[in-house]
Amino acid sequence: MNNQPVYTDNDPQSELVTLNLGPTHPATHGVFQNVLQLDGERIVSGVSTIGYIHRAFEKIAEHRPFYQITPLTDRLNYCSSPINNMGWHMTVEKLLNIEMPKRVDYLRVIIMELSRISDHIICNTIIAQDTGATTTFLYLFQFREHIYEIYEEICGARLTTNIGRIGGFERDFNDIAFAKINKFLKEFPVALKEFENLLNRNRIFIDRTAGVAKVTAETALSYSWTGPLLRATGVDYDVRVSEPYSSYQDFDFEVPVGTSGDIYDRYLVRNEEMWQSVRLIEQAMQKLKNEPAGIFHADVPDFYLPAKEEVYNNMEALIYHFKIVMGEIDAPKAEVYHAVEGGNGELGFYLINDGGRTPYRLHFRRPSFINYQMFAKMSEGMLLSDAIINMSSMNIIAGELDA
Amino acid sequence: MAENKNQELIQVLTEKFGDKITGVQEPYGLLTFETTKDVISDVLKFLKEGKATNFNFLTDITAVHYPGKKHGIAVVYHLHSMVNRVRVRVKVFIDEQHPSIPTATTLWNGANWMERETYDFFGVKFEGHPDLRRILNMDDLGVHPMLKQYPLEDPNRVDKKDEYFGR
Repeated sequence: MNNQPVYTDNDPQSELVTLNLGPTHPATHGVFQNVLQLDGERIVSGVSTIGYIHRAFEKIAEHRPFYQITPLTDRLNYCSSPINNMGWHMTVEKLLNIEMPKRVDYLRVIIMELSRISDHIICNTIIAQDTGATTTFLYLFQFREHIYEIYEEICGARLTTNIGRIGGFERDFNDIAFAKINKFLKEFPVALKEFENLLNRNRIFIDRTAGVAKVTAETALSYSWTGPLLRATGVDYDVRVSEPYSSYQDFDFEVPVGTSGDIYDRYLVRNEEMWQSVRLIEQAMQKLKNEPAGIFHADVPDFYLPAKEEVYNNMEALIYHFKIVMGEIDAPKAEVYHAVEGGNGELGFYLINDGGRTPYRLHFRRPSFINYQMFAKMSEGMLLSDAIINMSSMNIIAGELDA
Repeated sequence: MAENKNQELIQVLTEKFGDKITGVQEPYGLLTFETTKDVISDVLKFLKEGKATNFNFLTDITAVHYPGKKHGIAVVYHLHSMVNRVRVRVKVFIDEQHPSIPTATTLWNGANWMERETYDFFGVKFEGHPDLRRILNMDDLGVHPMLKQYPLEDPNRVDKKDEYFGR
């Protein structure tokens, strides 16, 4: 079946060993299976088997109204759920031609950049962990916790956030949320600087990562890589810049690129992106001061689910609530592709609507799925321990891989 | 800006492929056109390598099922020219009973798993694909589950009829 090694050697004298790395191997941080043929510690060939947590989201989405698909997107890249949520909201808003107020755009930028930071924290600390530096892992993970507390303040959930609505947010950010964001902006750069001090010029870390798993820009483009992996090879493609959404064109930020595409470059690119995300959040907080307070959704009662207390006390809200929940909204018969820059690269939503209550077809372009297909090929000739950190540096999230 | 590029692009394509390019649309500014199975390889190669087109990046391959039509499965390619900052969507409608189409793995390595996923869920056979196996579902599933004839839930349920979902 699937799980056969490509290279089989029937020679009884053969020294090759078959190793099942996964599906649940402690070193792989997720459900990944790779059947490897080893010559000593060196990998001769490998086959990736995926699909262990396939949940048929595309099929389910064909039977759910738009607002019920948001929780499905949570479970794609669950390390940065808000980006997926916002990407989905923006896809539907594009379909319905809803124009967002600037304040909502800036709030979305804050929440998306926070989740980008939490995504990159996971990846970079795990590279460090896999090269033997446990301290940095535990140290920076505190800040992921702080980010989750900010999510909690905004939407009540931590991991699978279901944050926002089609047409805006379900409620305004409260003062505690803003206070927590400000506190984060003050404390995180200090910790990130210390994190960099611990690793950037660390001899052991450089020896383990520099020059390992090098990828050229041509190969990366041919394999449809996007995100930090592609940028580490020197291609400055970032959806936030090439096709700005959610008012990213109002912001001043840089797209870091690497040169050699090795693990060390990927690490540096992600670190620099965290600095840029901090910059973006700071700018967004400044811009919010010039926007009229209290606006957290567009004025589109046909599509925006009204607040629950309104529904119980206000006839108009009750009617709209009923219309939206019972599927009376008229969405145009059209198809739309919308991409956002997720933690791992271009996260695309291809939505075909036939005028019904649910999508006729919804396809997720999942960066982890597309990035991962090169893994087995890259591993050939690599040491097993290098292949492990290579996998960590690709930041493959099983939920996004299998959908 | 994008509209001008789209106009130029469709002009270049019709010059080259004539009436093989049909159904030109621009939903939300994204140029969409249909072509046929026999020229799809040439169209993709032209889009990728042509000087004026320069679609160096394959964003995605997927399929859509429209049951009951003669050519009921649409294979959809999303290409992206990072240099010109323009995207294009190419559709090929193929026979529902025996869906097959030439592979794009000769142009992009990344097409490999995208085509395997499309095969897995829609049964589209990509001719010339080096390793066309199921990818997310188990090997002995026996069906291609994204086809519309396979219901998500128990078809006997009365509360999940299509009419309650606005179609």
